[in-house]
Amino acid sequence: MNPLTDPVGVSHFMAVGAVMFVSGVVCMAAKRNALGVLMGIELVLNGANVNFVALSSSFLSANGRTALGLDGQFIALFVIVLAAAEAAVALAITLNFYNNHATVDVDRADELKG
Amino acid sequence: MEAINWHSFFFYLFALVSCAFAVMVVLSANIVRMAFYLTISLGATAGLFFLAGADFLGAMQLMIYVGGTLVLLVFGVMLTAQGPFVSMKTRGGDWILAAVLGGSLLALLVPAAFTMPEWRGPSVNAASTESPPTSTPLGMGLLGVRVDKLVDGREAVKQGMSSYLLPFEIVSVHLLVVLVGAAYLARTKRRRDVRLESL
Repeated sequence: MNPLTDPVGVSHFMAVGAVMFVSGVVCMAAKRNALGVLMGIELVLNGANVNFVALSSSFLSANGRTALGLDGQFIALFVIVLAAAEAAVALAITLNFYNNHATVDVDRADELKG
Repeated sequence: MEAINWHSFFFYLFALVSCAFAVMVVLSANIVRMAFYLTISLGATAGLFFLAGADFLGAMQLMIYVGGTLVLLVFGVMLTAQGPFVSMKTRGGDWILAAVLGGSLLALLVPAAFTMPEWRGPSVNAASTESPPTSTPLGMGLLGVRVDKLVDGREAVKQGMSSYLLPFEIVSVHLLVVLVGAAYLARTKRRRDVRLESL
């Protein structure tokens, strides 16, 4: 079991995706800066993309059969585009919040609290 | 001694860079450094996409994500990073809660990734290193023709319902709506002091 001579598989990519996903979740939970929360969302979406791409790759799995085929890459492409859209809207909301409240602390955004 | 598998070598290189900088995004408190670490992490992920044979998607990751979305985020950082907002410390209790959540999620996900035996990797080391280009099948699939499934014998696939023309159109309109909405939300408001002055 030499990691440098053995071929890597889907599992190794999924482990990388899991680390990025968990980093994003912790980032979303722990950061107080609204832009930090946004960066956590980007990490989560990227971790999911790694899984989609790994499952659509034909030479990572045994006997060359893929789980998703090219559909995984289509889904990853849509995820990238939707992440760009989501970042634009979330950034606009953050700037609006900053203009109105002079802070980007998400803990201070409690005006709707009952 | 066996020859070094360079695919594995570069996979571990890119995986180490992307994971390490993703963790550093979490651990750093400075928002400017977080943006820089996120750029490197997502760029290394594009390398992982290339290694998985998704050449078009890796290029799109570099162009849209690293070149577009992160530049947008950096603009947000530049517009709001003033004084106390550059470095906002998380409270200790939040760190403990987040560490418990992250640790349990990691302990669930990483062993789950290694459960499937056919995902552990190709059984022979001499796997084909030739990867067909994916930009043409992806582009034709977005336009409604799945050229990668022409030999598929199933009738349901041949009806033209298995391509991504409708999601592509929805995403196009969605991007237009998002553009208008973001411009509306982020515009500078005129001060309405007229009512106060008349009092």
